[in-house]
Amino acid sequence: MKNNIKYLAILAIGLVACEPEFDNPVDEAGVYTSGEADFSNFVAVGNSLTAGFADGALYITGQENSYPNILSQQFALVGGGEFTQPLMSDNTGGLLIPGADALSNRLVLVFDENGVPVGPVEYTGAQPTTDAANNINTGDSFNNMGVPGARVYHLGFEGYGALNPYFGRFASSASATIIGDAIAQDPTFFSLWIGNNDILGYATSGGVGADHNETGNIDPSTYSVQGLDITNNNVFAGAYSQLIAGLTSNGAKGVVLNLPDVTSLPFFTTVPNNALVLDAATAGSLTGFFQAVTGIVTAQLAGAGVPIADAQQIASQYLIEFNEGPNLFLLKTEVTATNPLGFRQMTADELLLLTINSGALAQGYGSVVLTPEVLQVLGLLQAGGTPTPEQGLTVINAISAIEDGDVLDSAELAAVSTARSSYNSTIKALATANGLAFYDVARDLVQAANGGIPFDGGVITSTFASGGGFSLDGVHPTPRAHALVTNGILDAVKTTYGVILPSVNPGEYGTVTVSNEVN
Amino acid sequence: MKKLLLLVLFALVTLVTYAGGYRVSVQGQRAMAMGHTGVAVVNSAELVFFNPAGLVYLENKLNISAGVSGIFTDVIYQNSDLGISSETDNSVGTPLNLYGSYKVNDWLAIGLGVYTPYGSEVTWPTDWAGSHLVNNIDLAAIYIQPVVSVKLSDHFSIGGGPIFVTGSVNFNRNANRTTTDIDGNRSNITVDDSGVNNWGWSVSAMFNPTENFRLGFNYRSEIILEAEGGEATFSNFPVTTAPNAPQNGTTTFSAELPLPAELSIGLSYQFHKKWLFAFDYNRQFWDVYESLDLQFGNGATSINPRNYKNSSAYRFGLQYDATSKISLRAGYYIDESPVQPGFFAPETPRNDSQGFTGGLSFAITPKLAIDASFFYLRFEEIDESYDSYQENGQDVPFGGTYKSSAFAPGLGLTYKL
Repeated sequence: MKNNIKYLAILAIGLVACEPEFDNPVDEAGVYTSGEADFSNFVAVGNSLTAGFADGALYITGQENSYPNILSQQFALVGGGEFTQPLMSDNTGGLLIPGADALSNRLVLVFDENGVPVGPVEYTGAQPTTDAANNINTGDSFNNMGVPGARVYHLGFEGYGALNPYFGRFASSASATIIGDAIAQDPTFFSLWIGNNDILGYATSGGVGADHNETGNIDPSTYSVQGLDITNNNVFAGAYSQLIAGLTSNGAKGVVLNLPDVTSLPFFTTVPNNALVLDAATAGSLTGFFQAVTGIVTAQLAGAGVPIADAQQIASQYLIEFNEGPNLFLLKTEVTATNPLGFRQMTADELLLLTINSGALAQGYGSVVLTPEVLQVLGLLQAGGTPTPEQGLTVINAISAIEDGDVLDSAELAAVSTARSSYNSTIKALATANGLAFYDVARDLVQAANGGIPFDGGVITSTFASGGGFSLDGVHPTPRAHALVTNGILDAVKTTYGVILPSVNPGEYGTVTVSNEVN
Repeated sequence: MKKLLLLVLFALVTLVTYAGGYRVSVQGQRAMAMGHTGVAVVNSAELVFFNPAGLVYLENKLNISAGVSGIFTDVIYQNSDLGISSETDNSVGTPLNLYGSYKVNDWLAIGLGVYTPYGSEVTWPTDWAGSHLVNNIDLAAIYIQPVVSVKLSDHFSIGGGPIFVTGSVNFNRNANRTTTDIDGNRSNITVDDSGVNNWGWSVSAMFNPTENFRLGFNYRSEIILEAEGGEATFSNFPVTTAPNAPQNGTTTFSAELPLPAELSIGLSYQFHKKWLFAFDYNRQFWDVYESLDLQFGNGATSINPRNYKNSSAYRFGLQYDATSKISLRAGYYIDESPVQPGFFAPETPRNDSQGFTGGLSFAITPKLAIDASFFYLRFEEIDESYDSYQENGQDVPFGGTYKSSAFAPGLGLTYKL
C-alpha cells in the first residue's frame, strides 16, 4: 500500500504544478513577428493628429489614445520599447501661456434637461493646469514628437518652440527643431504624418489666407503667422524630402501617411449650404424682394449713366428665385463693376464652416433681414410706387450675404484640392523611393464619409458628434478613429516589412465625451 | 487492486471532461476524496448533505463531521486576433461544512448540516477586455438544514428536511466598453447585497439490497435567491443629462439568482472487506437560469441572457481501509457545464471538466479521525464567446480562448460517539 500512497503523493504534486496554460499563448515570442522592422525605438513625428489633439485641445486621455501610442502597445508584442509622450498635466485641455491668453479647454457635448444634445461647449469643470513655460524635457526627448499646429516646414524650423508653446514645453533647447529632436533619439522606426495643416489652416479659416501655389511665394518665413495660407507645392516637396532624408539617415524604417480630403471633415459638412428652408409665402416674398432689388439696381446703374440694356443685364444676376423648401444661401463676393452689390447665391458644392453663427443664419444671415422698414419699401414697390434712393439703400442693405471667412467657395476648394493632390504625390513618391510603408489614410476617410467603416458595434462615420469618427472640433479624430488609423498602419507595415501583429478593436475605443460641467 | 486504483486515476484522463455553473462540489472531506460520491455511502455525518436517509444506518449514536477546503482557482483568457490576454486573480475560496447526526432510537435519526454548495469568486484585472461583462464577482450561499432519517426496514430508509439559505453577492462591472468620466476612468456599477434568505427542502431514500450493496437517491429543491433593495453603486459616470446616463451614487437593485435543484442517484459496493466502490450520478436543473436581470432604483436595467441547460456529473470513488487507523480514498468525476455555446460569460467561465480526487482518514483515537482530501479540476482550453451583450441594439460578442483550473486541498475532523 505504500506504493499507492506514493502514487497519490506524486499525483498531488503534479497537479498542484498544473497552472492553466494555453497551447499557443499570444504573449509568447513567435506568435507575432516584427518582420524586417525593428520597433525597439519608435518615434512618431507629426502634428496635432500624431499628438492626440482632440475636441479642440490637448489633454491626457487624448494623448493616451493617439494612434502612435496605441501602435506602440502593439509594437510591444514584438520587441517594441517604451513609448514616452509629453503628457499634459490634466484632462481639461487648455494651456496657460505667460503673458498671453490661455488656449481653450477641451469641448464636451452638452445635453439639455430633456436629454437633447445642445452641442459642443468648452469644458469648465476644472481649471487648466498645464503651463507652457514649464519645459518638461529633462534631457530625453519624447517618442511622440507630434506638435499641434505644425506644418511641414515647421518641423525643421530652428526655435519653433518660441512660436508654438506645444513644442516649447518639450523642446530640448530654445533653438531645437522638431525633426532634430526626433532624429537625435536615433529611432529604429518612425512614423511621419505631416502636411495636413499646410492646407487645413486655409480651409478652416474659409480661405481668407493666401494660396501660395497661386502667389508663387516659396519663402515660408513670409507665410501667414496665423497659419492661414496654403503652402506652396514645391516648398512642401522640398521640406518633406528633407524630413524623410533625416529620419532615414541612420537606416531606420518607417511608415508615412498621406493627407485626407479636409473638405470631407465634419467641420465642413455639418452645416448644410442649403439650410435656408422656406415656406411658400416666404419664398414668394424673397423672390419678390430680389425682383425689387433688380429693379433698384437697374435704376441706380441707369442713373449712373450705364446704358439701360447693360444695366438690366448686370442687375439680372440678382433676380434670384426662391422656392418652398431648402434654398442655397447667399455668399458675399468682391464688389466689382459686373457685380456691384458683391454677392451671389452659393453653388451646391460650396461648404459652410462648422464655426458659422447658426443663430445668425436663423435670423437672416445668408439671405435677407426683413425689418419693418424693408417691408414698408417692398409694399410701396408692390403698389407700383417708386422708392427714394434712401429707400432703395434700405432694401439693398437688408441683404445679408455670408462672409468669406464662413465659407469654402469653389475657387478655394479647387486651391485646397490642387495642393493636396500635389502633396500626396510627393508623399507617395518619397515613400516608394525610400522603401517606406505607406498608409493611404485618405482612402479610409473617403469611406468614413461615404457610408462608413463597420466595426463590431456599428459603423464609424464622419457625421459630426454622433458618427464616432470625429471629436467635437469637427477636425480631429476620436480615440475610435485613432484605432482605425492604427490598424491601417499595421496593414501597411505588414505589406512592406512583413510585420505580423494583431489589429486593435475600434469598439473598445471611445468617441466624444459628454459632460454638462460647463458655464 | 493497485491496478484498479491506477486505472481509475489515469485511464479516464482521455475522456471528454465536464463542470458546472457556480455549483461548488466540496460538501465533505471523505466524499470529496472519493470523487464527491456519497449518495449511497454510509460512512459519516456527511450524509446530511449526500443522503439524509442513510444517517439512520450509521453505527454510532452521535456523529460529527467538520471540514474546510481551500479552493485555488485560476482562469486565463486570450484573443489571438487582438493579441490580448488576461488572467484572473482570485482569492482562495474556503467553503466550510459542518454536519452532525444523532440516533434517537433504532429507527430514527436526526441531523443538522451547514454547507455551501453554491458560490463563485472570479476577479479579473479591472478594466480588462471583458470588463463590460465582469470585473469581479463574489457569490456565496450558505445552506442550513435540519434533517430527519427514518428506517423503514434494514433494507430501506427515507430522509429529508427543510433548507434555509442565506446568500450574498458582490458584483462589479463596467457600464459598457467605452464610457468614462472626464478623466478617462471607466464608468462602472457595483451591486452588493447580503442576507438574501429563502427556503428549500430535500428528500432522500436509501435501499440496501444486500449487506454490501447500497443504492441511494437524493433530491434537493431549487431555491431562488431574490435580492430586493440591495445596494447598487454607480461610479465614474460622466456628469450629464444625456439619455440613459445614470447619475453617480448609490441606489437600490433587485435581481433573482436561482440555485438549481439537484438530483443524485448512486450506489456503493463493498466488494472486499477493505474495499468500497461508489458511483454517483448528479443531475443539475440549471435550465431555470435563463437570464440575470437587474432592475436598478434609478430606473436603469441590465438584462443578461444566460440560457443555461441542465447538466450532469458522473462520479466514481474508491475507499481502501489500509489499516485499522488509515483509510485511503481516490475518485474521479466528469462534470458537465450548463453553459451553452454563445453564452460563455466570463463571470462563470466554466466549461466541461474532469475532476481527480484523493485523500485519507487517520484515526487518532477510535472516536476521532482526521480527514484530508484534495481535488483537481482539469479543463480543456476552449474557444467560446458571450454573444448577448448589446450596444445600440447590436449584438457585440465577446470571445476568445479560455482555460481554467481549480485545485482544492481540504482538512476535516470526524467524531463519533
